[in-house]
Amino acid sequence: MIDKTISIEQAITAVRDGHTVMVGGFGVPGTPFMLIDRLLAQGTRDLTLVKNEANEAGMGVSKLLEAGRVRTLIASHLGLNPTAVAMMNRREIKVELYPQGILAEKIRAGGAGLLGIATDIGIDTILREKRQLVKMGDREAILEPALRADIALIHAATADRAGNLLFAKSARNFCPLMAMAAERVIVETETIVPIGSLDPDTVHLPGAFVDHIVVLDDLSEEYGVLPQHVL
Amino acid sequence: MSYKEKIAARAAREVQPGQVINLGIGIPTMIPDYLPDASDVFIQSENGILGIGSRCRPGTEDRNLIDAGGSYVSLQPGASFFDSAVSFAIIRGGRVDISFLGTLEVSQDGDLANWIIPGKMAPGIGGGMELAQKARCVIVTTAHTTRDGRPKILEKCTLPLTAKGCVKTIITEMAVIDVTLQGLVLRELAQESSLSEVLSKTAAPLLGTDRPLPRF
Repeated sequence: MIDKTISIEQAITAVRDGHTVMVGGFGVPGTPFMLIDRLLAQGTRDLTLVKNEANEAGMGVSKLLEAGRVRTLIASHLGLNPTAVAMMNRREIKVELYPQGILAEKIRAGGAGLLGIATDIGIDTILREKRQLVKMGDREAILEPALRADIALIHAATADRAGNLLFAKSARNFCPLMAMAAERVIVETETIVPIGSLDPDTVHLPGAFVDHIVVLDDLSEEYGVLPQHVL
Repeated sequence: MSYKEKIAARAAREVQPGQVINLGIGIPTMIPDYLPDASDVFIQSENGILGIGSRCRPGTEDRNLIDAGGSYVSLQPGASFFDSAVSFAIIRGGRVDISFLGTLEVSQDGDLANWIIPGKMAPGIGGGMELAQKARCVIVTTAHTTRDGRPKILEKCTLPLTAKGCVKTIITEMAVIDVTLQGLVLRELAQESSLSEVLSKTAAPLLGTDRPLPRF
């Protein structure tokens, strides 16, 4: 039977200098911290990262930024990461920021084999500058090209060996969208189960989108509850 | 009660049972504390939750359960999870009844400017632009003036807009103001505030000031 499990070292060798890498997660939930750490250790550089936000200073993708491995960051906001904002302001990284749901749709379109989307979000704002505008009947829209990546790094709560995935609670966020939009999809999972043990009705992402599965033995501290966000 | 609590408490009274609401960062996140029966209202969060419950008690935090501002949250019965595309389909598709947002500036035409100060603050728009443009109703909850006392309610915004003509109501610690086709209409006055004080701290004409105003 098919088995997509692989060692973390072997999985991350697929990521090469200059690659575009989508990284799932919205804050801690869904961020594949172990895959990111391995990518950092591998020394890969000149990356274009696509992630909702830049995690927080010293955590997750921020480690890649701080180590100078990232040329371009495509995100929706960096509000919780002053280090990333400072790097953007010093022009140490190039940053492209999109409205969050538009970023999601650009990725979804890429995953769905479409060339782009047309939207009126931001049509009355400075967002229209430097964008391709199109007429849709009597309405004006911004044409946003679809986004695809060489690699997607995804965190799942549960996977079977065929790559069917379940995400936990708010950890789903961009994960299934990014997994659909990359040439090669590497998933780290907290739990691995045999093929046939997931109820097909409950699968969040079909295994066809998953290339490699890394089974996590235990979770680093980064996955835990962040004291700074406890009320 | 702090001025923020006063704004949140007043804003909560705008919510009708059964509505889907979204809470921006800051004051809006305090609104659930003042909803009479939270179970009738579904709080949506951009990161993929419909049905955020009451404030998360210390020790009950779940590492997989945060709101879009990064705070740990609880769930109410009937909650659901979904991905970011579905989350924004709820928003852009018009299924959010009220979006409560903070702001830097708001104009008499309901223009909202809350995401960028060119050259100073530009961390990205997040979900704010889609909420401002597509929620059925946008209510701004904000201090009446900036920290250094300058009016935030203006004839015209000076900062780049988040969305044009999107704001329906402005709730501050001093007043409740509706945006209408005729201009800004003063609906309520805070118990602690005088009409002259509100007029002096608002840099746009206010209508409806020649009648007895309800206090909050």
